[in-house]
Amino acid sequence: MKILVPVKRVVDYNVKVRVKADQSGVELANVKMAMNPFDEIAIEEAVRMKEAGVASEVVAVSCGVAQCQETLRTAMAIGADRGILVSTDAELQPLAVAKLLKALCDKESPDLIILGKQAIDDDANQTGQMLAALMNLPQATFASKVTVAEGKVSVMREIDGGLETISMHMPAVITTDLRLNEPRYATLPNIMKAKKKPLETVTPDALGVDVAARLTTVKVLEPAGRSAGVMVADVAQLVDKLKNEAKVI
Amino acid sequence: MPILVIAEHDKAGLKAATRNTVAAARALDGELHVLVAGADCAGACAATAALEGVSKVLCADAAHYTDQGAENIAALIVSVAGAGGYSHLLAPATTFGKNVMPRVAALLDVAQVSEIVAIDSADTFVRPIYAGNALATVKSSDAVKVITVRTTAFDPVGDGGAASIEPITAGPDLALSTLVSRELTQSERPELGAASVIVSGGRGLGSGENYHAILEPLADTLGAALGASRAAVDAGFVPNDYQVGQTGKIVAPQLYLAIGISGAIQHLAGMKDSKVIVAINKDPEAPIFQIADYGLVADLFDAIPALNAAL
Repeated sequence: MKILVPVKRVVDYNVKVRVKADQSGVELANVKMAMNPFDEIAIEEAVRMKEAGVASEVVAVSCGVAQCQETLRTAMAIGADRGILVSTDAELQPLAVAKLLKALCDKESPDLIILGKQAIDDDANQTGQMLAALMNLPQATFASKVTVAEGKVSVMREIDGGLETISMHMPAVITTDLRLNEPRYATLPNIMKAKKKPLETVTPDALGVDVAARLTTVKVLEPAGRSAGVMVADVAQLVDKLKNEAKVI
Repeated sequence: MPILVIAEHDKAGLKAATRNTVAAARALDGELHVLVAGADCAGACAATAALEGVSKVLCADAAHYTDQGAENIAALIVSVAGAGGYSHLLAPATTFGKNVMPRVAALLDVAQVSEIVAIDSADTFVRPIYAGNALATVKSSDAVKVITVRTTAFDPVGDGGAASIEPITAGPDLALSTLVSRELTQSERPELGAASVIVSGGRGLGSGENYHAILEPLADTLGAALGASRAAVDAGFVPNDYQVGQTGKIVAPQLYLAIGISGAIQHLAGMKDSKVIVAINKDPEAPIFQIADYGLVADLFDAIPALNAAL
């Protein structure tokens, strides 16, 4: 069984982003970048399935600028067998990424595609569902447990108000939630080994995909700040403030 | 051109998020229709017809919509969208809407605008990015706008409408996936997304037993919903659906009590639009105090029972 895992290069989750003064976006120069945390969970899950003998090959894919190769090397250090970079300097929106991934899936024919549920930069939460739609495949978003048995995959999903489990034929698309697993730290030997793993580069043109943006960013603003309020000395003062000043209780 | 809202419901009635989504749709110009897809969903249709501002309810009643699976519902929405010539398709940015709408957008070959918090014009919307640390205004060039709505940004519509209910033909059952089981947390408390008061606990509570023993009496007194930080959920204090934050629930109650929560940016992203925020933490340096209206540096194991007694 082959698993394809798309990974995105994003601003590291510890970085507090700043909006650019010209309102054109957020400051990305000299900002630490990393793999999207949900994609790390996706890679980890695929690698665990390979280690358990369920999967035979894990292919990592990244779409974007040349530096996404670093993200692919990280994926390979966790345990992906090879990487594919869809190289472009164009701004990629979820629909375009889903189309690129579909083109790759048509070539690679994976049995499972595991993606992060959302990227922590644009917070769109779309690509997995879009890919599933374009390929007419079943989807299980927000996965917290994945089990493969007898040609079917069963996924426990985190939904508002609880959990549900669905069963799908493969191929299928899964998107990961936070509690699916805890990704390992890549060890130095594995980081070294990852440098020797195959990494193929393709272009959107070669895949025949139009990646033109459908949404134009008009402006990006800093949200209205919330200023710190007052510190109260004790519970009695807090109750008084809530009753008489804020009037919320 | 008419506008279509996709209702989130539980057959008998509407989920609160549908009311906020209808409110967002009313900010657009066009006749407002709501699609209710489900099985035996007459109750939900009736509740939808009573919503303020809705002129027509489209009711697709079929067994294969029972589970609200994304594949069948998305296919139905696409066919309804094509037949009705809708300019906008809106659903709440709940796990239901997030699951279904990108599928709809891809099938229509249009972009989706996720989690809008404001509407500038028919094609221009404001949405948070980077966990709410920036607000992007985006303009869509697509003919149909597929949108999910951050419910906390729009005040829910009330009742007072008298829309017609029109049964529509269900689409085929694609049979791509089957629901095996669903375990919903049973609770007498208000829904987290719709509560006016939320008592939320973090790692500072130390254990699941403490979480329940300390916070539940206070939540009972205040008629509040219970929430949690990711740290508390990861530590197993409470189930995942309690999580407030960038990737959990986004809430904006009248009063948010953050208890033993340090205030990671991912948590703040989920609650910083609350009207009044109270933080109780023993660490005076906790970042939560930077956004709290009222901060109390205290041991929560003393302060919370005292607060409950004082109320």
